Amino acid sequence: MIGRIKALILKEFLAIFLDKASRMAIIVPPIIQLFVFGYAATFDLNRVRLAIFNEDSGALSRELIGRFQGNPTFELVDFLHSEKEINTLIDTQKTLMVLRISSDCSRQAARGESCPVQVLIDGRNSNTAMLALNYVRAIVTDFNQDLMHQQGQSMPARLAVRAWFNPNLESRWFIVPGIIALLGMIVTLVVTALSVAREREDGTFDQLLVTPLPPWEIMVGKSVPGLLVGLVEVSIIIALTMVWFKIPLQGSLLTLYPALVVYLLSVIGVGLMISSFSTTLQQALLGSILFIVPAVTLSGFTTPIANMPQWMQHLTVINPMRYFLIVVRRVFLEGTEIRFLVNEIWPMAIIAICTLSLATWLFRHRLH
Amino acid sequence: MKPGRSMRLVGLIRKEWLQVMRDPSSLAIALVLPLVLLFIFGYGVSLDAKNISIALVVEQPGSASNAFAASFYHSPYFQPRQMRNMQEAEEALQRAEVQGIVWLRSTFDADYLSRSNPPIGVIVNGVDANTARLVDGYIQGIWFGWLDKQAELSGTQLKPPLQLEQRIWFNPEVRSTDYLVPGVVAVVMTLIGSLLTALVIAREWERGTMETLLVTRISVIELLAGKLIPYFILGMAGLFISLVMARILFAVPMRGSLLLLLAVSALFLLVALGMGLAISTLFRSQFVAALVALVVTFLPAFLLSGFIFDIRSMPLIIQGITRLIAARYYVAMLQTLFLVGDVGSIMLINSLYLALMAIFFLAITYIKTDKRLD
Repeated sequence: MIGRIKALILKEFLAIFLDKASRMAIIVPPIIQLFVFGYAATFDLNRVRLAIFNEDSGALSRELIGRFQGNPTFELVDFLHSEKEINTLIDTQKTLMVLRISSDCSRQAARGESCPVQVLIDGRNSNTAMLALNYVRAIVTDFNQDLMHQQGQSMPARLAVRAWFNPNLESRWFIVPGIIALLGMIVTLVVTALSVAREREDGTFDQLLVTPLPPWEIMVGKSVPGLLVGLVEVSIIIALTMVWFKIPLQGSLLTLYPALVVYLLSVIGVGLMISSFSTTLQQALLGSILFIVPAVTLSGFTTPIANMPQWMQHLTVINPMRYFLIVVRRVFLEGTEIRFLVNEIWPMAIIAICTLSLATWLFRHRLH
Repeated sequence: MKPGRSMRLVGLIRKEWLQVMRDPSSLAIALVLPLVLLFIFGYGVSLDAKNISIALVVEQPGSASNAFAASFYHSPYFQPRQMRNMQEAEEALQRAEVQGIVWLRSTFDADYLSRSNPPIGVIVNGVDANTARLVDGYIQGIWFGWLDKQAELSGTQLKPPLQLEQRIWFNPEVRSTDYLVPGVVAVVMTLIGSLLTALVIAREWERGTMETLLVTRISVIELLAGKLIPYFILGMAGLFISLVMARILFAVPMRGSLLLLLAVSALFLLVALGMGLAISTLFRSQFVAALVALVVTFLPAFLLSGFIFDIRSMPLIIQGITRLIAARYYVAMLQTLFLVGDVGSIMLINSLYLALMAIFFLAITYIKTDKRLD
């Protein structure tokens, strides 16, 4: 029995790696994707393009502008001279925002009144707009507090904000561990989902079924290569995450790997199910995309599950990626121990058991 | 065009159309997929944080600290939970039961009255940095509101030297749906366009029917047009479904002209279909074409198009790479057409890039098909 399974596993490996094109397609894209997405997927603002329309001639406005010029987040692109320019500049995205300082500003402030400073932001990307606005607010608040301090006054109270687990609020720390879950799923799914379908199309799967191999041995033979390919690929990605992207691993790999195996098994189950449902490669591809797209979108990879409508949040409980994302992020950034992650691991185990046994059953029952 | 030529083309289109109609998967890709995907993306992708659970620790109740804590109960963004002490709150943050902590020390009210500028401690869970920043922004908003109200109560007016007035154009309520849904249309159309054609030609090469077609008198151009036109019609049907859903289900405003929207969408569809054709012609194997289509369509359109992640914030090298992603140009035009209006310069430059890409992909397909003849 062991010998039979071994032979089957060997045959699967040869099928995956003998063809140069499919070998490249499995190994190269995930590594490239890790680098490109790891750098691309960021919510942190950089080089926020800012134009200034200053009608004031006093020292106060010059000092305020100096604060913006000295801030690395902002990139001053233009000084405007008339109100008309504002519209065109924002509409054509030459600048993200315009800071408008009214005439008389310095004098008003000197008289002890408040000087209105207007900030006009392009809201096309509402998230960028909100974050940019927060930066502007922080600069203006600091400026105000410094001025009041010079006059011997102070605000009645101040905010002292700290962030745990990711002190500089780098969104890369959030996204890159997520990419581990993402690419792990895609590689494993592709290897397994296309494997049975390809054999069906070639007619070799029927031959496999008439051998003495019982369906569960076929299942094991088809799962192990997917699991090994997934584990190796994910290990490479984890190593790059730590060494190249320098994301600190606060927790232990001994917590991460058991969860990873369960996660990959649940993905393999889904892949084998898709594979046995399809009679052609085209259908298997379509099936994989139909699984990957919602699984990625509804996992919390880019946008939090908590922001979804309640009914959709309930739908995400059948998504294995959702659980592994929590595990990988918490182990990396919070150093969470495995006993606090049990509630993430058992749902993945149930998904794995259901999908793997269904796939095994489907091998025989969807011949014609 | 000579009569023989158009007859051949019509015949080819008819053949392809029959094939499409007999194979339910093409119809499903063009008509069902946009429906399902728009639904999933439209509801599933949101950056509007609300009902954020937050721990409130008021060590010594007093009028100022109570008023501050009460503001959280009136905010639509927060779901506050009173906790007795910092230890309890920190444990809750560690167990991920709350997203953040607001901490008013026992001396807060006394220090506030003596005007010694006491700190309000805020701790946020920084794992999700973007949400953490938004939470920080909301808390600042509450703090400003509280400062104003306190000043009013004491009969004075808070007069900081600068008073910030903010105007967020095009999306004053800062609804993330309004910026995400136009991008969703682009991601969905990328998937549909390239899926429709990626496997078609590879299948014909694999089955040998491509050689059969090539030895007839049909020219390569006719052959490609015969493939493109039926899928273009299908793709436009899918696009129409997506646009109607964006407008009706998600109520995204439409400030540009419909005609321009349809024109740039048709152009984009041509690029997506062309990319699919090029992939299948280059690889000639369904398996590899399938893998390549998977790698170059969904994720790049999802992560590199500016749909969620702002391209302007990416490192310059990555910004260069995004120039190769067709969806990027379409996303820029859609966001502008939906939210701003017909901005000539944005439409022109992005359409130009799309047109170049369409020509590029179709040329590759043309050249690679031609070579096979000898």
